[in-house]
Amino acid sequence: MLEVKNLHVSINGNKILKGINLTINAGEIHAIMGPNGSGKSTLAQALAGREEYVVTDGEVFYNGENLLELSPEDRARKGLFLAFQYPVEIPGVSNVNLLKTALNEIRKFHDEEELDAIDFLNLIKDKMKLVDLDESFLKRSVNEGFSGGEKKRNEIFQMAVLNPKLAILDETDSGLDIDALKVVANGVNKLKSKDNATIIVTHYQRLLDYIIPDFVHVLYDGKIVKSGGKELAFELEEKGYEWLKNGEEKVVTG
Amino acid sequence: MDNIIEFKEWFIKNFNAFEESLNGENTPLLHRVRKEAFKNFNELSFPTVKDEEWRFTNISPLLKYNFTLPSEDFKISDELVNKFLLNEIESNILIFVNGKFSEKNSKLLNLPEGTIVGSISDAMKNNPEIIDKYFGKYASYSNQIFTALSTAFTKDGAFVYVPDSKIVEDPIHIIFITTASEKKIIIQPRNLFIASKNSQVTIIEHFVSENDNIYFTNAVTEIVAEENAIIDHYKLQEESKNAFHIARVEIDQKRSSNFTSHSISTGGVITRNDINAHFNGEGGECTLNGLFLLEDKQLFDAHTLIDHATPLCNSHEHYKGILDDSSRGVFNGKVLVRQDAQKTNAFQKNNNILLSNNALVNTKPQLEIFADDVKCSHGATIGQIDEEAKFYLKSRGIGEKAANAILIHAFASDVIKSMKIDSVRNYLEDILSKRFNQ
Repeated sequence: MLEVKNLHVSINGNKILKGINLTINAGEIHAIMGPNGSGKSTLAQALAGREEYVVTDGEVFYNGENLLELSPEDRARKGLFLAFQYPVEIPGVSNVNLLKTALNEIRKFHDEEELDAIDFLNLIKDKMKLVDLDESFLKRSVNEGFSGGEKKRNEIFQMAVLNPKLAILDETDSGLDIDALKVVANGVNKLKSKDNATIIVTHYQRLLDYIIPDFVHVLYDGKIVKSGGKELAFELEEKGYEWLKNGEEKVVTG
Repeated sequence: MDNIIEFKEWFIKNFNAFEESLNGENTPLLHRVRKEAFKNFNELSFPTVKDEEWRFTNISPLLKYNFTLPSEDFKISDELVNKFLLNEIESNILIFVNGKFSEKNSKLLNLPEGTIVGSISDAMKNNPEIIDKYFGKYASYSNQIFTALSTAFTKDGAFVYVPDSKIVEDPIHIIFITTASEKKIIIQPRNLFIASKNSQVTIIEHFVSENDNIYFTNAVTEIVAEENAIIDHYKLQEESKNAFHIARVEIDQKRSSNFTSHSISTGGVITRNDINAHFNGEGGECTLNGLFLLEDKQLFDAHTLIDHATPLCNSHEHYKGILDDSSRGVFNGKVLVRQDAQKTNAFQKNNNILLSNNALVNTKPQLEIFADDVKCSHGATIGQIDEEAKFYLKSRGIGEKAANAILIHAFASDVIKSMKIDSVRNYLEDILSKRFNQ
């Protein structure tokens, strides 16, 4: 589904990603872990198409198509979804208006009819249950005045409504208490299918107690320095990221 | 310079003929007022950018034309009127065609007993005692040349009088329609709205054009809110994109009265709006909100004054501007809190969003406070579309154009939401959608 080859990304001339290689197939959950500043969020945002993140080298194929040539909105319309680490507050735009517009723009792109009001409302209500949000939330402005937990739940709710093929969760677990974390994890697990894939970007192993990844990759200084199965996450939790820094040096010197 | 002389000359030459043409719209007092105003018009000069109050608004393009008063009678179809209605079920509609009241196109279906709604020209004939009491008392014509011009040549306009304790439930929608004309015309609506003690009324002044003609609207509106009266006033300015629009609204607020103004401006090549509200009694409430949408080379200038002359009054002001292309906006909002006006609350905000690198806003919020026990704040911002928010919307599959439209709507939303009349809100939402969601 996604093939990242030797991806280099700079922000304002600073090299952040220095050659990422990653292959993700349908039905898989990948966790990308790493210390702060290792480039995890940059990878997530670059895949979503953020303009300030300049790809200086490498390629990304998404279902066989050159992802880097697509606008952010076309990436989304083709099934890529980014759950933001810091969801943006948009005063004056209601959640329901955002979702309706997004859903219909995506449907229009695929030459599908717009959803009528009743079907839309049924879909919304169905998905709200997943993340335990009540209806008054729909009329509120997007993320405005939301608590941290509400913002993250809103991201998962949007994901549920838009039903992406490839979801990237950028530190969706940071700052969540255990109850909110369970709600978020439950949402992700319920949406998992053999046709979609998920990338979980996280600093902590905690979320992975609730969402079991098929693969874990460790990002350090703009490169994936280690990949493995879910047991790698436990190892990291135990030994900390220092262990990897040392490990990397060994590779270099040895 | 020659142009300006010519501009003035026409009115000077035609004043006597104008006065002779009046047919009963002339009490002795009105005659004196007109004469005095005419004298002032003759003596005053047109403002230039050297005048502090006109620093950013150069009206010389207006003075290049020789505008004349419309002479013919114009007839318009109901179809044309229907284009400008807020919905199909409006019950109180006053239509003015090129400044002249058109009874044929108007209708007044739901007014409480004793309420007078119609043309000021009829009121001068039928209700001279009310006219003499209020007319020309609020919009001073001693130092403002455009008001002097309006006053000297006052012939028609809208008149609303609500007697004590009467509630006018349905809004009164006044539409000033300018139609195609051979000559370049000046229309001078002269409006007078009076809400007596404990009464309530909603009035919509709506300026529209049949086409993109060049003409000049010089409007003056005097509004009196007597004790405990409630007035909800809307102004929708959708003039031709080639028209000049200079308008002044002067409000006198008595004890415990409540005045709300929403001024929406989308038309005109040069527009100048002066709105001045004066508290002349304790416990008054005044809200001045505005939204201007500009494009091409439009220039819009809002000058507002809230005069807290008495204690215990509250004022709220919020103006928002959305500017595209090479348009220019001016906001000059003055809040004056006089020495006696203790326990004043006055809050003022002006926010602008520039959609193009060539658009420009000059904003000048002014607080002048001479009392010591007051709560006042003011602030102004000029910004662009929030790129973070735009990326967020795009990442949900929403395209560039729709994302911009959503964010512009969102920017305007608090002013739109503060309007009490659904039909006006919807009308404005439609204007925004047509402009940005194509």
